[in-house]
Amino acid sequence: MDVVPKWAEVILVPLISLILAALLSALVILAIGEDPIAAVNLMITGALGSTYGWGYTLYYATNFLFTGLAVSVAFHAGLFNIGGEGQAMLGGLGVALACLLIPWPHWTIALLAATVMAGLFGAAWAAIPAFLQAKRGSHIVITTIMFNFIAAAVLNYVLVNLMRPAGSMDPATARFPEAVHLPTLHDILGLVGIEFSRAAPANVTFLIAILACVLVWLLMWRTWLGYEIRSYGKSEPAARYAGISPVAITMIAMLISGALAGMMAINNVMGEAERLVLNAVEGAGFIGIAVALMGRSHPFGVFLAAILFGFLYQGGAELALWTSIPRELIVVIQALVILFTGALDNMVRMPLERIFLMLRRRRDA
Amino acid sequence: MTLMHKILGATAAMALSAGAALAEPALIFDLGGKFDKSFNEAAFNGATRWANETGETFREIELQSEAQREQALRRFAEAGSNPIVMAGFAFGDALGQVASDYPDTSFVIIDMVVDAPNVRSVVFNEHEGSYLVGMMAAEASESGTVGFIGGMDIPLIRKFACGYAQGVKAVNPDATIIANMTGTTPAAWNDPVKGSELTKAQINQGADVVYAAAGGTGVGVLQTAADEGILSIGVDSNQNYLHPGKVLTSMLKRVDNAVFDAFSDGPGLETGFQIMGIANGGVGYAMDENNASLVNDTMKANVDAAAAKIASGELAVHDYMSDDSCPELSF
Repeated sequence: MDVVPKWAEVILVPLISLILAALLSALVILAIGEDPIAAVNLMITGALGSTYGWGYTLYYATNFLFTGLAVSVAFHAGLFNIGGEGQAMLGGLGVALACLLIPWPHWTIALLAATVMAGLFGAAWAAIPAFLQAKRGSHIVITTIMFNFIAAAVLNYVLVNLMRPAGSMDPATARFPEAVHLPTLHDILGLVGIEFSRAAPANVTFLIAILACVLVWLLMWRTWLGYEIRSYGKSEPAARYAGISPVAITMIAMLISGALAGMMAINNVMGEAERLVLNAVEGAGFIGIAVALMGRSHPFGVFLAAILFGFLYQGGAELALWTSIPRELIVVIQALVILFTGALDNMVRMPLERIFLMLRRRRDA
Repeated sequence: MTLMHKILGATAAMALSAGAALAEPALIFDLGGKFDKSFNEAAFNGATRWANETGETFREIELQSEAQREQALRRFAEAGSNPIVMAGFAFGDALGQVASDYPDTSFVIIDMVVDAPNVRSVVFNEHEGSYLVGMMAAEASESGTVGFIGGMDIPLIRKFACGYAQGVKAVNPDATIIANMTGTTPAAWNDPVKGSELTKAQINQGADVVYAAAGGTGVGVLQTAADEGILSIGVDSNQNYLHPGKVLTSMLKRVDNAVFDAFSDGPGLETGFQIMGIANGGVGYAMDENNASLVNDTMKANVDAAAAKIASGELAVHDYMSDDSCPELSF
């Protein structure tokens, strides 16, 4: 018996949160002496006003889709996976190994292999914290965040000492061969006659991310495994009573979560940079937490939230390019959105519940 | 890039720059940020000096993500900025992709070599400058143990450490060199607290001079060294003023000059490979009233003699980058 109807829960609450965040951001921009309306205009035209802007928005959104899905799958099992960052780093290593060691004849096969490698590496990185949680009760939040640092150190060692081309200043791998370059949205939409910016990094991975959304939805709501994961997340004693093994579900949920986070690497490593750099993930693993929170851990919600954060990233870049708003303030604006949609959820929900309750009483009376 | 986007980009730029000249030069900072009191700030200072002297303006951006490297280059090039200067080796790959698309724009990259007809590559002989401050560290040290604190463990920082170690050993072959890196993520360039911890750890091991080559992290190193009563050595910019009488010297890497020269030369600047070493004033050590009492005449004479030898080619300092190894220090 919900007080707030479903449509208000899904649309109204996030929308009001967003408007509040936007208003507060406008005050921040005003306070540093810039014009908030011009800034918003610039963000919207820069991120959504051209296929070029869309290309960047969708590129960032693809990263957040994978990490957002990763966090949401773990959420459903009652696990808080904040190790998406490290899992995506290791996924990048898997992609780089797949692309550099084997001379692939065509990008389709390479993409398949790279996806498998990225998923395997990401899942392997999540497996250890999952095992420690399942068998030893070490808290997953602590272990996954510590594994982020270990992953950074591993990547640093591998890039500086093993995979760096001799004499190169940059701690990064060599460029991947031409044959494994993924088609961008420019190439794909060109086939059906739609003009799309050539310079933007959005690529075929975006379609894979959408496919991943659908598959996660199918898994969570149309299979016995998804049912078990969700019931374990809702109540462990009830799940245990129903014969669901906590160890198995913890392991499986974290492996899927890690694999999804790792698969982000086919977008940023294989699709965009076409080589592995130290700073490849750059916080997408953490943004994934906000995306999952905002999307209420539902694949469609995650999709919308990922697009929103892609917009904030690309719009923020445009602000940095063409105004004197410092980048720290752009981070503040992004943080306000996370704060209102993630942390201050009840601030919007409770007054809204009161309003709906009043309306209902009036109707009943 | 279609014509439509060129027009869109150009109009956006025109609308915002409010009548500024189209050939405005642009400066792109690396992820460390503009005010790191070190590398990026040196670049910013060079650009500001040029703006003050000529009364003209320049565009600038501090990057937030890796994907923005290529993006910023293209957007500035399309908006007509010329020349475009980028501070940091990490731009090498993106510039290699972008340069040929904008043959009429001049690009300048610092700390990396990009082979293209419209690119000027400026590299610094950091190992030579580090050698000189290494000599001073060894002469000023009473315990015979000196420290080095780097940012991230990347080849560039090893190049600093290797030059420093050679300078130390040239003065005192028995000296002990403690080398530490701050971290493994880009946060290591801006972590003064960790820098401070490492300095304390090195002091406990007997170090009485520490050299920080760690961007913004160095601020914490210099602070702790001053608090604990030992000497420190700054990097990139002249950092002697941060703690007068406590900072032995600073290894100068004249990134500001590289930016200033590029902006002064303007569009169509001379491209190619530019090495900034001791011989042409690209690197050196800082002397001013803040450290005059710390550096005595014999110390200065010795270092200047070594500098002259390096400049003339009589003394060769081993460059870590040449063979990925260092004779005096293992990583």
